[in-house]
Amino acid sequence: MSILVSLFAAACVLAGAFFFIAGTLGLLRFGDTLSRVHALTKADNLGLGLIVLGLLPLADSLADAFKLVLIWALVLLGGTTAAQLVASAVRRDQRPPE
Amino acid sequence: MTGWMLDLPLTLGLFCAGAATLAARSLFGAVLGFISTGLIATIVWVRLEAPDVALTEAVIGAAATSVIILYVASRIGGGAAAPTPPHIALRVLAAILSALLAVLLALALLALPEQAPSLAGPVLEKIGPTGLGNPVTAVLMAHRAIDTLLESAVLVFAVFAIWSMAPDRRWGRAPGPAFVAEPHGPLTFLARVLPPIGIVIGIYIAWVGADAPGGKFQGGAVLAAMWVLPWIAGLIAPPSIRDMRLRLAIAAGPLVFLMVGLAGFAWAEGFLAYPPGYAKTLILVIETAMTLSVAVAMACMIAGPPERRPQP
Repeated sequence: MSILVSLFAAACVLAGAFFFIAGTLGLLRFGDTLSRVHALTKADNLGLGLIVLGLLPLADSLADAFKLVLIWALVLLGGTTAAQLVASAVRRDQRPPE
Repeated sequence: MTGWMLDLPLTLGLFCAGAATLAARSLFGAVLGFISTGLIATIVWVRLEAPDVALTEAVIGAAATSVIILYVASRIGGGAAAPTPPHIALRVLAAILSALLAVLLALALLALPEQAPSLAGPVLEKIGPTGLGNPVTAVLMAHRAIDTLLESAVLVFAVFAIWSMAPDRRWGRAPGPAFVAEPHGPLTFLARVLPPIGIVIGIYIAWVGADAPGGKFQGGAVLAAMWVLPWIAGLIAPPSIRDMRLRLAIAAGPLVFLMVGLAGFAWAEGFLAYPPGYAKTLILVIETAMTLSVAVAMACMIAGPPERRPQP
């Protein structure tokens, strides 16, 4: 049983790390701001989500598991808002002056 | 055993972030380098098993200071290019002085004895009467309370210094610039959703400081952010700097601390001594007042002196 849990945790954390690396590559390599924002939020969203999912069965208590999920939810909330703000700033800059 | 796999990238990363901050061509780039340095330093403190320092570095070094510097950078340079670089002689002199300081610090580090002198043992022995579970808080609030008292007074003076920058004609207005709300914007949404959660987390971090890493500065900084966020979103306006409630909130922490300290003359062994059996209660009273003061003072530091209102 514990072997299965460890395997699940390792698989999830590795998959999460993959999304973080992919997101970082995208941030460095993508050409325009909107694509870079997309790459970055994907890393937060899926990468951290998978890492939290992998750590959940290893949490000592239900309260600790809840804190992990809360951290993910807060990062989602912050990341989404930042992405929206960056995107609207891009649109404001691109719009021809009226 | 595998610790170095984490420590090596961290050390290199910290060094590179610091170098990037110094070498940055634009003001904005330098600020981003500073924020990265703070974030990596936070993880380094965690690796050094100093979670209390890590939390402080995260909220004060990486978050609060960064907000202030970012704000200043966008005000003075528009973030594009550094304003006229200083004379070459001045820069060389600054480089020499900084390098000298770095060499002295490195020499001091190398000169440390192999077995570092530690007071950890005596602190853990004497933690019983304080009723606390976190030795760091025991040192800050009981064994070295005088240092913490002086530290708390610094906050009040910092707000004094910032407010005294205001020109006479703006004295008595609300601190900082005013922001216009964007009714359906993402920032407005965040400023409505986050504070209920953030206020609970801020109070939790301050409360848990008695037994685990956390405390008034870390919790207070989170609370300050929960006030600054709706203010930047234009949802709330800070009170006038003449408002007695605002002033009292800033002074409450040091005042309560000082009063408890003076009461020690009458009920305990002397200044800042706690009567036996009441140590934890009194420490919690001080911590509560200090959390409020840290939160309000830090929000006032981020807001800055009163400024011109936007034309309606």
